[in-house]
Amino acid sequence: MKKFERFEGVVAPLDRANVDTDLIIPKQFLKSIKRTGFGVNLFDELRYLDEGQPDQDCSQRPLNPDFVLNQPRYENAEVLLARRNFGCGSSREHAPWALEDFGFKAIIAPSFADIFYNNAFKNGLLLITLEEDEVERLFQEVEEREGYALDVDLENQRIVTPRGEILEFQVDDFRKQCLLEGLDDIGITLKDEDAIRAFEEKHRQRRPWLFRQTA
Amino acid sequence: MSGQTLYDKLWEQHLVTQRDDGTALIYIDRQLLHEVTSPQAFEGLRLAKRKPWRLDANLATPDHNVPTTVKERAEGNSGIKDPVSLIQVQTLDDNCVEYGIEEFKINDPRQGIVHVVGPEQGATLPGMTVVCGDSHTATHGAFGALAHGIGTSEVEHVMATQCLLAQKMKNMQVRVEGELGLGVTAKDVVLAIIGKIGTAGGTGYAIEFAGSAIESLSMEGRMTVCNMAIEAGARVGMIAVDDTTIDYIGNRPFAPTAEQWEAAVADWRNLVSDPDATFDKVVTLKAEDIEPQVSWGTSPEMVTGISGQVPDPKAAPDDTVQRSHTRALEYMGLQPNQKITDIKLDKIFIGSCTNSRIEDLREAAKVAKGKKVADSIMLAMVVPGSGLVKRQAEEEGLDKIFIEAGFEWREPGCSMCLAMNADKLGAGEHCASTSNRNFEGRQGYGGRTHLVSPAMAAAAAIAGHFVDVRSLPANDATHAQEA
Repeated sequence: MKKFERFEGVVAPLDRANVDTDLIIPKQFLKSIKRTGFGVNLFDELRYLDEGQPDQDCSQRPLNPDFVLNQPRYENAEVLLARRNFGCGSSREHAPWALEDFGFKAIIAPSFADIFYNNAFKNGLLLITLEEDEVERLFQEVEEREGYALDVDLENQRIVTPRGEILEFQVDDFRKQCLLEGLDDIGITLKDEDAIRAFEEKHRQRRPWLFRQTA
Repeated sequence: MSGQTLYDKLWEQHLVTQRDDGTALIYIDRQLLHEVTSPQAFEGLRLAKRKPWRLDANLATPDHNVPTTVKERAEGNSGIKDPVSLIQVQTLDDNCVEYGIEEFKINDPRQGIVHVVGPEQGATLPGMTVVCGDSHTATHGAFGALAHGIGTSEVEHVMATQCLLAQKMKNMQVRVEGELGLGVTAKDVVLAIIGKIGTAGGTGYAIEFAGSAIESLSMEGRMTVCNMAIEAGARVGMIAVDDTTIDYIGNRPFAPTAEQWEAAVADWRNLVSDPDATFDKVVTLKAEDIEPQVSWGTSPEMVTGISGQVPDPKAAPDDTVQRSHTRALEYMGLQPNQKITDIKLDKIFIGSCTNSRIEDLREAAKVAKGKKVADSIMLAMVVPGSGLVKRQAEEEGLDKIFIEAGFEWREPGCSMCLAMNADKLGAGEHCASTSNRNFEGRQGYGGRTHLVSPAMAAAAAIAGHFVDVRSLPANDATHAQEA
């Protein structure tokens, strides 16, 4: 995983609550056995006017001009501004893979779904939870000013608006360190290998039926 | 000190280490694998030259991509016409062979939807931690297990370490008290719960479903309820162990054998919340208030009773909800205040990890028996949850009832719940579906999903529009019989 560095990125507003993972990346694209290449199909049903198929050349497809990510002012956006319960629905990690592959580094919303929250951090995507009224204000500011960009500073847990306003956010220490240092959490867990083995042995003695050989 | 909740107990029994930063490692007893969310996890293991920690904790079966027509299934993997789907199923087979993981392959009679297969085999036991790269893993919580839906990185993490990195959730109890009316099923209960607490109401919580109406449900009904915990935002749903749980498990292939059975049962009896346990949040519903449910919108919280109507967005409590409702009605092609019974259907889907077990099929068959699917219905299909469910249904003659009524009788898989195979809705088509999600495009591009119980789906197939299953003569007869 790449280290998460402080950046200033253009913000794209997605004014819709309960954005589910089917909307982020429709199921036909889940058939890939790779982790990459999902960006062109991010928000496929909103972004294009036709039905997308896997392995298709998307440059030839008709774009939906009303969809926010197709508007020139949000080209190269790196921050997605969203509404409550972003990422609800399925556990597909293809959703953060698609967002990241598209170029997003951070998403701001009043709340996120639990599984999506975990999946995003494991892929270096920072999720920033702000109060509903703070998010509402950001929506207004983004709308008013073309090229609106936020300075995203994970180290200090804050974002800075173009006017210099500082908004602080909470993130747990473990996830923060993993992002900042680009750590692989399997490697971290395996440092506790002895503790896992010791637990497993005790668990096996106490509840041997949980260890029955299948078939 | 107050007592422990069921979730507290399961957490404590599996806690390996608790770190200062609030994260913990919890030990995983069972991982279920399917073809969609596992290939990148196996690839990760391979690249890092890691081996699975404990092979016998894993059990795999292909379900999302498999065709459900009899003819294609007869050909095994080569019956999968979509080359990309075929690669995915083949990749699961190859990975299971390479690493030595037990798999029920496409034409194994034990193959089926992972969340049907695990419990059916006794591979899901009380007191287990169960994970699967699928959000409906909460299903297994019906056994007093701690079951999480996880992402692919976590699938890889569990394979490599037998542990999940987790933070303890808050405790929520959802109580449904009283007696469910005739024709009101587990599906209606969980839809009513989601309608009440909302699609994010359970975010950050482990939900325990309790109360006399929940206790009265069969294991299959309990699985239906826990299955949809994620539709209320909760990763984990669970129900305490009782006689119903223990009776269900006895003699299943992976269940404890003679010498361990008594010890296991004694241990499982403790898998209940203590009487003095405290929950961070308690929600109560009265069973008598729940009528058969139908979803009208594009989120499972957009649901109402069969006697209800489509809401008017103007009546929404805030702007965000108003915009969601307006957008949903536009997508669904419905009018504000339209009666639910006036919604006409084009397709009917009975199946999915929510409602494809034998009792679900019996309920639907009871309604369909001796009737005909309405001419206006383009396709009505019944997709059993596993090969064993299919076999059982055929032994009971349910397949004949469905086929005579005009339903298609299919082979097991996820099918039109998420339409990764060939079973899908066309744009604008309305479907009465026993699945779990009515998101835009979920069952096919532009498709319009209405979530209902199996009996309600069968009744809609016969009538061509939604009807109150309680008003059908079949139910009156049953009522008279039972009374």
